[in-house]
Amino acid sequence: MSIYAYIFTMALTTYLIRVIPLTVFRRPIKSVFLKSFLHYVPYACLTAMTFPAILTSTAALLSGAAALMVAVLLAYRGKSLLTVSLAASAAVMVTEFLLAFVK
Amino acid sequence: MNWSEYKKGVHTGLPVGLGYFSVSFGFGAMAIAQGLSALNATLISATNLTSAGQFAGLTLIVAAGTLMEMIMTQIVINSRYSLMSLALSQRMGQRIGFFPRLLIAFFNTDEIFALAMDRKEPLTVPFLLGLGTLPFFGWTGGTLMGALAGSVLPSDIRAALGVMLYGMFIAIVVPPAKQEKPVLITVILALVFSCLFAWVPQLKSVSAGISIVLCTVAAAAIAAWRFPIAEEQEAAV
Repeated sequence: MSIYAYIFTMALTTYLIRVIPLTVFRRPIKSVFLKSFLHYVPYACLTAMTFPAILTSTAALLSGAAALMVAVLLAYRGKSLLTVSLAASAAVMVTEFLLAFVK
Repeated sequence: MNWSEYKKGVHTGLPVGLGYFSVSFGFGAMAIAQGLSALNATLISATNLTSAGQFAGLTLIVAAGTLMEMIMTQIVINSRYSLMSLALSQRMGQRIGFFPRLLIAFFNTDEIFALAMDRKEPLTVPFLLGLGTLPFFGWTGGTLMGALAGSVLPSDIRAALGVMLYGMFIAIVVPPAKQEKPVLITVILALVFSCLFAWVPQLKSVSAGISIVLCTVAAAAIAAWRFPIAEEQEAAV
């Protein structure tokens, strides 16, 4: 399938999700379950996408694990998005640099 | 066009624009590492303007998933935007008409939404468009730069840059999980489900897009059932 079919489909779906409540359905959501569900969706989704995929996203299992640990630790200490992202990336590079020596 | 309002919006959006630039650099590098062209990676960012949805979309493109899977995945992952759009719509009031809304909707990301809702003065169309300007160029430009850098860098460096996106996801999830027990439980549930799909032999054949959708829906539904938001707020008092 053409990559443009994918890109068009994902862009249109995302846009419709954003535009319909802003133009057509302007009433607030009343269902407590639905409101709660939508509140928890980002956390569930980001977690499912990150783990265990992060472990296999780099050249070695160990460097992916290092990125995970560094990111969780810094995020737990309340560091910014940028700091956490850069530190995770640096952890991968340092670990793989060290692994090259071990080999 | 009220340029003073537009400028205020641009100014407010500056930190988000810088943040988006660096994170989307990771997306660009990752897209290249997975075989996309720099142009297509940039096109995805310019038309979607969403981190998690694009990331899942990239996974599906690489795995040659179906368009139905793509639609379902985007609906589940981006469903939170519908809630934000509803909230933003209430906040905008009746003064802002139908056509500006068509444009403003495109820029409704987590961070832009947060900044818009944070404003004390009434929201105006030029302010909201100004707010979206730098994040849009930051996100698109960062993707292009990341993709170009990714094309010339060796594959292990590309993978290290790609990890930035995971770093951002972790930075979004951990602080609220630390503070709110229901969020922590949602995260743990999603972790367990995600590992099941990755490691249990019978579940491994489920495609990447569908497994993300199933993990998300299951974890969020259990959390919503056990910890409805109204009750949780009462319990916190």
